[in-house]
Amino acid sequence: MKSVSLLLALGVGAAIIAGACGGNPPPAPPPGPVVDTAAENARIRDSIEAANRAAQEEAERVRRQREADSLAALARAGEEVRSTLAAMIHFDLDKSNIRSDDMGSLDQKVAILQANPELRIRIGGHCDERGSDEYNLALGNRRAQSAKQYLVSHGIDASRIETQSWGEEKPLVDGHDESVWSQNRRDEFEIISGGDNLRHP
Amino acid sequence: MTPLLLAALLVVQDTSAIDRGVRIGIIYRPGVRPGLVMLPRKGQGLDSVRAIVARDLDYSDRFEVITLPGGDSIRLSSTTGPKRTGTGTTTGSRGGAGAQGGALNYPLYQALGADFALDITAAGDTTVATLHDIAAGSVRRGVRVQLPAASNRDFRQAVHRLADQALQAAVGTPGIAATRILFVKDGKVYQIDQDGADQKLVSSTDRQAMSPAWSHDGQHFAYMEFQAGKGWLYLQEMTGGKRIAVSTTGSALDFTPAFSPDGQTLAFSRATEDGTDLYTINVKNNCCLRRLTVGRFSDNLSPTFSPDGQRIAFVSTRPGLPQIYVMAADGTDQQLFAPFDYGVTGASNAPEWSPDGQSVAFHRDVAGTLQVFVLDVRTRTVRQLTSVGRNEDPTWAPDSRHLAFVSDRSGYRQLWIIDLDTGRIRPLLQQSGARLPAWSPRLSEATSSTP
Repeated sequence: MKSVSLLLALGVGAAIIAGACGGNPPPAPPPGPVVDTAAENARIRDSIEAANRAAQEEAERVRRQREADSLAALARAGEEVRSTLAAMIHFDLDKSNIRSDDMGSLDQKVAILQANPELRIRIGGHCDERGSDEYNLALGNRRAQSAKQYLVSHGIDASRIETQSWGEEKPLVDGHDESVWSQNRRDEFEIISGGDNLRHP
Repeated sequence: MTPLLLAALLVVQDTSAIDRGVRIGIIYRPGVRPGLVMLPRKGQGLDSVRAIVARDLDYSDRFEVITLPGGDSIRLSSTTGPKRTGTGTTTGSRGGAGAQGGALNYPLYQALGADFALDITAAGDTTVATLHDIAAGSVRRGVRVQLPAASNRDFRQAVHRLADQALQAAVGTPGIAATRILFVKDGKVYQIDQDGADQKLVSSTDRQAMSPAWSHDGQHFAYMEFQAGKGWLYLQEMTGGKRIAVSTTGSALDFTPAFSPDGQTLAFSRATEDGTDLYTINVKNNCCLRRLTVGRFSDNLSPTFSPDGQRIAFVSTRPGLPQIYVMAADGTDQQLFAPFDYGVTGASNAPEWSPDGQSVAFHRDVAGTLQVFVLDVRTRTVRQLTSVGRNEDPTWAPDSRHLAFVSDRSGYRQLWIIDLDTGRIRPLLQQSGARLPAWSPRLSEATSSTP
């Protein structure tokens, strides 16, 4: 049994080798009755070429698949980087200081900005509807500046970051209660340039 | 003797009826204001003029306006039959400047509680408003104007000016009937007459407009256009709508413009990476940008000039929360203006100096909502004016006793007007979403005409 299976394995291995290394000539046909040698040779040549073609196509297919897989992985990584970068941070009522629970988010943005030196971003500061309409323009400006200062103090060049204030003019969520207001007191982050092929830090 | 007796009888008979007809306001302090009766007249095509003038005088909050309900006026005419005839004949002969003294049944109107009677009549194409001084028993003043046709778009303002002249004749100070209020709704600037009529769109672009502010001559207004986190300042002519950009703005977020009383200077707030600070620019020559505050760690915004142009009140966050500060117009001598209790008093914003210079109105956070306050400039004491709902962004009428402000007391944010002397409050319009009102100065004929 053992020898048989070994033989089988060898045979299979040989067949695989033959298939994979299409360049090798197949075993010579057994001697038989006299035939048209030229036709027989042509038949053999054609079958070799067919095998070669099939092998090449398969290799190409595998290569393409691998390439697509790696591109998809790259894209997934880029999406992840992008959403990490865009994650909003939030503020307490009438405050512009960075909350401790948002520092992790800003640290991630620092890492992304460091891994992608071409990347430039814009920070938009927003307020809820409770404050004074006009004062909120100053407060939104403070909020955008706070995040910028955090990034700059962690090694990001200031020229890579623009800031904007939106006051209370662009609420994220409509409504008139604290759950809505707390979502609207925020900084938004958007990419100005250098956002293609984002590298994971 | 007989007329006096009649009058005495009328007092007894009509007190309750008159009470019902007269007490139209909400919070009146009875007895402190002169009574004024608008004489009822039929015909002459002046009903709408009388209605507009009567409402203006009522909205001035300077009179106890006595309306004569239909039933009573019939009864009054019958009891004063001979006198009415007399009035009628003098109307016909009314050639000189309102000279028909003694024509009215003065004791009767005195009995009704009137100190003044206003009679509006037509003499050809001229409208004559005659103000009678009831106690003196004579004509105080006659005003003759040629009103445009009722279909003319200047008609209402012309009638408002007539009402203001009548008011001035009665109490000696000019009225506020011929004024308008600018406000922002859905990102656009609108104007509306102080009596709530003739609302009209005045901003001309699709960008979001904010913070309209009048020039002191009423011929221009400044405002801010907001887009993509940037703020541009513009000056626009009231008549014609011609608009020019204020130079050197556009690179930053410029907001809350305010004219100096001489119209030369525009003060405004500019938000940069250093925070928000106050600047002035010469708008006559479009030059000479000047920075007034340097607050690296605080914001300074919302300037408002004193009427003599010497000082600027503004908002500063230097105490931690925004509060009301004041400085000389060149930026020196900055100091706290409206007192507050550190750690107790809420944020204070949106100051506006009154035209008489004596007060600064602003709003302050009280228990999580905003209320309108008034600072007495001389004593530096504040008093809270509102308490119902959220009330913000007060703006002074030119008489320095009325304020327009935004309130949600009716369930949605809209504009209201309060009289500081009587406490009477009325809605200016019945629309949701109005904000950032700015009350005009008194508008002359030249500035109030609409193209």
